[in-house]
Amino acid sequence: MNYWPLLGVAVVVLGFALRRNPALVVVVAGVVSGIAAGKPPGELLELLGTAFVNNRNLLLFVLTLPVIGLLERHGLRERARGWIAGFRSLTLARLLVAYLGLRQLLSMLGLYDLAGHAQTVRPLLAPMSEAAAAQDEPLDEPTRDRVRALAAATDNIGRFFGEDVFLAFAGVLLIQGFYAGHGIALEPLAIGLWALPTAIAAFVIHAMRIAWFQRRLRRVAERRRDADA
Amino acid sequence: MLTLEPVYLLIGAFLLFAAALDLRSRRRAMSAFWAILSLPFLAGEAILAAARHGTHWPAQAMGIGVIALGVMAAVGDRRPSGDEAALANTREAEAIRLGNRLFGPALLIPLVTLLVALATQYGPAPLRALVDTKQSTLIALGIASVVALAVALRVTGARIDSGLHEGHRLLDTLGWAALLPMLLATLGSVFAATGVGDAIAALVAVVIPIDSRIACLLAFAFGIVLFTAIMGNAFAAFPVLMAGIGLPLLVQRHGAHPAVLGSIGMLTGYCGTLLTPMAANFNIVPVVLLELPDQYAVIRAQLPTALVLFVVNVALLWLLAF
Repeated sequence: MNYWPLLGVAVVVLGFALRRNPALVVVVAGVVSGIAAGKPPGELLELLGTAFVNNRNLLLFVLTLPVIGLLERHGLRERARGWIAGFRSLTLARLLVAYLGLRQLLSMLGLYDLAGHAQTVRPLLAPMSEAAAAQDEPLDEPTRDRVRALAAATDNIGRFFGEDVFLAFAGVLLIQGFYAGHGIALEPLAIGLWALPTAIAAFVIHAMRIAWFQRRLRRVAERRRDADA
Repeated sequence: MLTLEPVYLLIGAFLLFAAALDLRSRRRAMSAFWAILSLPFLAGEAILAAARHGTHWPAQAMGIGVIALGVMAAVGDRRPSGDEAALANTREAEAIRLGNRLFGPALLIPLVTLLVALATQYGPAPLRALVDTKQSTLIALGIASVVALAVALRVTGARIDSGLHEGHRLLDTLGWAALLPMLLATLGSVFAATGVGDAIAALVAVVIPIDSRIACLLAFAFGIVLFTAIMGNAFAAFPVLMAGIGLPLLVQRHGAHPAVLGSIGMLTGYCGTLLTPMAANFNIVPVVLLELPDQYAVIRAQLPTALVLFVVNVALLWLLAF
């Protein structure tokens, strides 16, 4: 067993720990682990090139940038904020928990690329969350950033813990394929159904955290008001 | 049959346009960056076809391009100069003028994606024959982006070049973060090809007491989280951990239920995805998009959920798999 390619993993861990530019860290890690495995330069370059091309579907979100950019220039985020501020009873918790549930359900139907950080979080969910959180008290900058981060986290969690219920999801097919390759035949339905307990647990855990986050916001606001009074 | 190829060409054309704009404003490094990145989209199919037929130089040239992109990302590491604040008044005025009509095109992206994806997956046979079903959601997203842009231009009364300029502004805001997901997936392929997974699996097998069911389960659970965090992707970790621990020890030696282990095991790996900067498109791209000062802000927001869910998953595996 050749353990030298693990140097690539060390480069990744060290690079991220030292907060070097992630793109450079990743490229260096790939080259290091290729050299450590004794790959000739030509072969390593070809491996890098073909793998890069094969993964180009990950940049698909770029196509949504012109629409989003145009709408933002014409005040989409300002309007999203203003619209939510008009609903006095809409709290941050209600907004984010509803989004979480909807995102999970849509992912379970295989529609995990429907929403995302470029399409929905930046132009809609993040400004709406800010407006909902500021119903009682204007947000200071660190709090505003934490609300934004929570909105992005909610999108991730909703997507991740819904998609594995979908039968044709690549993850389900990967599990089935792995077992099939080792002589164990499984139905995708059986695999998808066993993802449900975790999906429900993820919803409950994250919804509770959202509720706690809001309660903390309220308490800080009240304390500040008491101090003012 | 409609494939992703025309969608890729569209992305390539947009990236070239961005390169031209940067060249015109004399930002040569940024311009070269987007020009190189347009290659896998404009010539990707040709590069792959050449490699399949034994012509290696196009893929090797692309490999050099990948290294160049990594270096340029680090050297030209710059945040865009913000004319954001100067335009705040225009944006407020436009928000009042256009009102809720602004939501239409934004919501059209998910709505059209949904309709096209559903129609081409579950619709009548002629519709299903129209697109490659394996990629139908991604193709649908491509179609939806174009439709939404057309409607957005009508609603705002702007011209097409204004849309492309605004798209370019967002692209420059993202900078190297836009590239990171592709680079990480590439690294995953390199790790797989150089035997990094096998080496880790061999190390793990040396240290765990294989007769203890709970020790094997914990080694599997921690292993898949750790490996997912390193690779940035649970899909890459899954086969490694299953081949090293899951199948030989948990299923064959201790009789774990394969479907339960596979499904919840994968989702245990997802807890690792929530924790790692390597999963850049989920954890780093939104930090840049939302203009957060802390590079790890989204990971911090996910940390408690991920940890509690990890414990729940291990408990579920223990209860349901045996």
